[in-house]
Amino acid sequence: MSGILVIAEHRRGELRAAALELVSAAQAAKRGAADKVAVVLIADKPERLMPHVSVGGVDEIVTVKISAHDFDPDALESAVGALIAARKPSLVLIPHSIDSFGYAAALAAKGGFGFATDVFKLGYEGSEDSGQAGLVATRGGYGQKVNVEVDFPGKDTIVLAVRANTFKPPEGVSSPTVTEFTAPPVRSRLSSRSFIEVSSGDDVDMTAAEFILSIGRGIGEQANVERFQELAAAVGATLGCSRPIADAGWLPKSRQVGQSGKTASACKLYVAMGISGAIQHLAGMKHVATIVAVNADAGASIFSVARYGIVGDLFEIADALRTHFEPGS
Amino acid sequence: MKLLVAVKQVAALDEDFEIRADGRDVEADFLIRDVNEWDDYSLEEALKIKEAAASPVEVVAVSVGPEDADEALRKCLAKGADRAIRVWDEAIEGSDSIAIARVLAAVARKESPQMLFAGVQSSDHAFASTGVATAAFLDWPHAAVVANLTYTPGGDTAVFRRELEGGVLHEMQIECPAVLTIQLGINTPRYASLRSIKQAAAKPIEVLSLQDLGIAAPDVGESGSLSRVRRMYIPDKGRAEMIEGDVEEQAARLAQIIKDAIGGAA
Repeated sequence: MSGILVIAEHRRGELRAAALELVSAAQAAKRGAADKVAVVLIADKPERLMPHVSVGGVDEIVTVKISAHDFDPDALESAVGALIAARKPSLVLIPHSIDSFGYAAALAAKGGFGFATDVFKLGYEGSEDSGQAGLVATRGGYGQKVNVEVDFPGKDTIVLAVRANTFKPPEGVSSPTVTEFTAPPVRSRLSSRSFIEVSSGDDVDMTAAEFILSIGRGIGEQANVERFQELAAAVGATLGCSRPIADAGWLPKSRQVGQSGKTASACKLYVAMGISGAIQHLAGMKHVATIVAVNADAGASIFSVARYGIVGDLFEIADALRTHFEPGS
Repeated sequence: MKLLVAVKQVAALDEDFEIRADGRDVEADFLIRDVNEWDDYSLEEALKIKEAAASPVEVVAVSVGPEDADEALRKCLAKGADRAIRVWDEAIEGSDSIAIARVLAAVARKESPQMLFAGVQSSDHAFASTGVATAAFLDWPHAAVVANLTYTPGGDTAVFRRELEGGVLHEMQIECPAVLTIQLGINTPRYASLRSIKQAAAKPIEVLSLQDLGIAAPDVGESGSLSRVRRMYIPDKGRAEMIEGDVEEQAARLAQIIKDAIGGAA
């Protein structure tokens, strides 16, 4: 059992950035030069994606042609399963993404492979049981309040879904060998119909905002939204929110910052009020240079990414803050 | 016509907590139990389908867990689930999401529902894999992160939208029966009335053992799992510089940070 397979993800014909991050994750898990890293392209036109994955650290590209242009969990599961059976890799890396949510667990369950998701650290360590080095993967637990190390006793092939933005994409280019792999025919039980861009009629562009004041569940009720709209206007910020506020319809979906909302790409100052800091929200804002978190719960996860923190009553802080931005103040 | 809804009694941590002596979990005394947030949405989706259906639909809630999972099931009954099933056996202790899925699949085989709903993930360990692994054991079609669903009970297919990164939706069609993992925001979960909570307390919860489901003990617990927890520890996280003082002082400092960061434009 050797070799590492990296399953590259693509959407609507474009390679997704996570594919390259996984190449770096594979480097971190390599046990020596014999552990070859192969990037697997499963697509209707896999050759089109090849130039994008010929990056440093890639020894081989495996192309697998399937009929579906867009996400097809049955085809992916079948192709990766067949590839594992043929090559018996020690490790298979998949992005921890919405697509992998749709097939990785089925792949692992059917094959009986070692399996963990949302992994942000991996490497081989000595095992007390056998004395042999075994793979150890680290993930979060209890809402990211603890780290959990998992291992995979007795598993020859391990499938890991790796958290995005954890490993830096590799630098440099490579000239990997290219292998074609023929996947067994599969009858897909799902079919793709269309992609829908969510528009809300609110013309705000969170990705362009430099100063965002964002509100979360801590504001309590819908009637309080207006206070923070006024505060944001007074301090010159664009009002954003976390998922529960958008789901409740208190603010339009276009204002939601996070994995399934918008990324605060241009933001320099992010003031999070009443946001506990779920991993999905952090994905959209943890890169911001200056984050200030205001929260009633001193144990909130948001304080671990914020530069400044205030533990206190949101409304009192909001009212007192506003007095500093009154005309003439 | 039947819809099966998988629910989990999750655990959140108390503000202060300690790691268990064996280093592999948090001491149970520091765990605060509640129904997984995603599962509220799965149940609501099933109840909505039942209420809109022309013919009778039975909604069955199922949970794999010790006795304290009854609390989650009673909440489902109070909101309108017709029946509740809990599966437990000492051997299930230490199961990962895949071993739990094996149990859920056995319950689905016994109940033969037209659809099985599960949450996208659990708020405690967030493996995001139980539902899809259950489908694998059943050899059913599966879809994850469903944010919109069009389904008529008894239909051969359903149309759903899965929620992608960046807020884009992907509309797909799936053959039924299927397992769907339900995303937050797909609906607005109802609250149970005080009267229905009281009534639910008197309703029976069917308790099944591994033997009832024909599952061998080695197929669950650590031996039936695809991963094993080796160590749990409190990470050495970065911590914000805390702004102390009274509200006025804290607000003044925050105002200064804002004015500095945006170049005194205000």
